[in-house]
Amino acid sequence: MARNSNRPLSPHLQIWRWGPAMLISILHRATGTILSIGGGVMLIAWLVALASGQDTYAQFMDCMLADEGNALQVGGLNIIPFIILFGISWAFFQHMGSGIRHLVLDIGAGYELHTNRFWSIAVIVGAAVATIALWALILAR
Amino acid sequence: MGTGTGIGRVRGLGSAKSGAHHWVVHRFTAIGNLLLAPWLLVSLVRLPDLGFETVTAWLSSPFSAVAMLLFVVSTFWHLRMGLQVVIEDYVHDEGNKFASLLALNFSVIAAATLAVISILKIAVTGGAA
Repeated sequence: MARNSNRPLSPHLQIWRWGPAMLISILHRATGTILSIGGGVMLIAWLVALASGQDTYAQFMDCMLADEGNALQVGGLNIIPFIILFGISWAFFQHMGSGIRHLVLDIGAGYELHTNRFWSIAVIVGAAVATIALWALILAR
Repeated sequence: MGTGTGIGRVRGLGSAKSGAHHWVVHRFTAIGNLLLAPWLLVSLVRLPDLGFETVTAWLSSPFSAVAMLLFVVSTFWHLRMGLQVVIEDYVHDEGNKFASLLALNFSVIAAATLAVISILKIAVTGGAA
């Protein structure tokens, strides 16, 4: 589409002071995309490996789990699968929290400035705490 | 019907009638995910290990297989709708948008079918190759 470059533009992201409400909105979209692609690929790979039989599943788990004596590992997981799974788990808690927030906003509640700000911050902090708690639980076993 | 202004061009045409459907289904699948994703997470964490026998024994029970099928349908439907909105927001060229939405639909349907067949195979054969 032809545009006249002399025309004024409306102010965009870089001109606003960042606040919790805009951060959580952007995180909702970012974590949704991470879950769709990262979570989708991991889920399909796991299910297909499982359905393909014992040998294929063993190969899949071999990519995930660290060899004996490998320093680049976290709780038995290779470092790269650990980072991917940790990221997916954080994206899951963040997206679920902001998703619940959206369902509440959809019924018309939670638009007062301080309420909105409180729940925006609460979701971000809650997702971080839930992610750390989940991995503490997994790694403690 | 006028031709001068934007509102003049669309006045009297009515709404597209199906605009709310996408929005509502996105919420339905969100609530489905809200029930099924925590179920999957808790189930996986509670398994004694993630070895082949343990996981196939768990997934071949009717309850787990059905919940997993519903999880795949709900999440893939939901992510298809979410990524569609992302594409519509950022891809402005009509040709690129059409191609992106085509690729999205094909890949999501292919991936979900792959997952469904895998779950059904495990559910029916109990994991035996």
